[in-house]
Amino acid sequence: MQQSPSKKNRIAEYKELIARITPKSKVAQGCLRAFWVGGLICVFGQGLIDLARGLWGLPLAQAGTLASIVLVFLTALLTGVGVFDQVAKYAGAGTVVPITGFANAMVSPAMEFRPEGWVLGTGARLFTIAGPVLVYGISASVIVGLLYYFIHL
Amino acid sequence: MSIPNRMGHQTLVYRTRPRIAASACAAGPREAQGPLGERFDLVAQSPDFGQESYEQAEVALLREACRICLGKAEMGEKRVQAMLGGDLLNQIMPSSLAARSLKIPFLGMYGACSTMSESLLVGAMLADGGYASPVLCTAGSHYATAERQFRFPLEYGNQRTPASQWTVTGAGAVLLTAAGEESAVPPLACLTRGCIGRIVDMGVTDANNMGAAMAPAAAATLCAYFDDTGESPDDFDRVITGDLGSVGSHLLLEWSEKMGHPLPEERMMDCGLTIYDPGQDSHAGGSGCGCSAVVLSSYILPKLQSGEWRRVLFMATGALLSPTTSQQGESIPGVAHAVVIEGVK
Repeated sequence: MQQSPSKKNRIAEYKELIARITPKSKVAQGCLRAFWVGGLICVFGQGLIDLARGLWGLPLAQAGTLASIVLVFLTALLTGVGVFDQVAKYAGAGTVVPITGFANAMVSPAMEFRPEGWVLGTGARLFTIAGPVLVYGISASVIVGLLYYFIHL
Repeated sequence: MSIPNRMGHQTLVYRTRPRIAASACAAGPREAQGPLGERFDLVAQSPDFGQESYEQAEVALLREACRICLGKAEMGEKRVQAMLGGDLLNQIMPSSLAARSLKIPFLGMYGACSTMSESLLVGAMLADGGYASPVLCTAGSHYATAERQFRFPLEYGNQRTPASQWTVTGAGAVLLTAAGEESAVPPLACLTRGCIGRIVDMGVTDANNMGAAMAPAAAATLCAYFDDTGESPDDFDRVITGDLGSVGSHLLLEWSEKMGHPLPEERMMDCGLTIYDPGQDSHAGGSGCGCSAVVLSSYILPKLQSGEWRRVLFMATGALLSPTTSQQGESIPGVAHAVVIEGVK
């Protein structure tokens, strides 16, 4: 769309006004909360790994898988009972970045679209949030894997 | 050729002053905890309102608001000649389903959150022109259905920005009658003028700052009305906006001044800032079609009926956001329609 210079000026002026008036997110507070809650989740995961290795003598890879399973299960449970979003509201990236964020991104649409049925609701919409992460995460890992293979040939 | 009921470029005059015979609203539990909670005609005890889905809950809120409104006016559904209404969902399905059970001839309206004043604006034309009376005007919205259509699943853990607003779960209904129509109850108020809003887009793309997208449209409609009629904000007890919220209301004051029509802050009121307490964590305020509809019925019309206010400009504001074009990079067009409501005392 072609815009006259005066209209362009007014839009620029309005953008400045918005920037001045709109309250900003509290970044420092957000970082601090994300750090301590996210850190606590990671400490809990590490504790699970140590426990699995020390108590049952599991190798590191399997102990790590066990920790992931427990964290995913707990997140799914907390999402189901409506607690997780309250924690996430406080912690922000602190719950998004660990595997808990991924679990929540899968379970919440599964619940949300249940009224539309198992196939076209839950089934079709399960990946609405996590889908892009899977697509680009897996694609990137394939590319890195290929590069790694050819470099070491 | 001159258009007899027209005043200036955008304003129209209802010469016969159609009456508001009755109004009603139904809202959710969160809204009931707000400052207007005790004035609602019906409060849903849970957000699902005992229905199988939130969409059905929205239908039920709309339907019940209409039924209570007709009950107050002692008016049978069969006597109502037209129903005008809308909501935020695709194909305005909740309104169509509510109209399905009411069996009143139905015209669907869509103006996003400006729908309540759009319905009144057109409904009053029908009543004033002698085309239909009584006319039922409605609008409604639901937090959970709007979230899933425009944002994220309810249980998804994310943070809202400070400028974001909270969609009101609620519906309002207003029954209009032509001036000569026999009525069982005394009228609450009457409609005297309307102003059809232009779509104004100042390039806002942030869907979490709807107030910023709507404020220029609100300013444009106010300027058009004041230019067309020669009136000023001092001619009103309140100039009422729909759901600009704290950010949009502030922007409106600054932008109107820039456009040459300064607004006195003490005469301004925003429904989005009225419906919730600041402590209710709704960030910049309430929004949604139901916001202005519920506040109109529970707060504004009673003040006009009691004579505390004599004349208000009621202007619901809409951000015409579509998730599809928004993702394609298109900005958010805003619109605001105004009606002048006057007391009959």
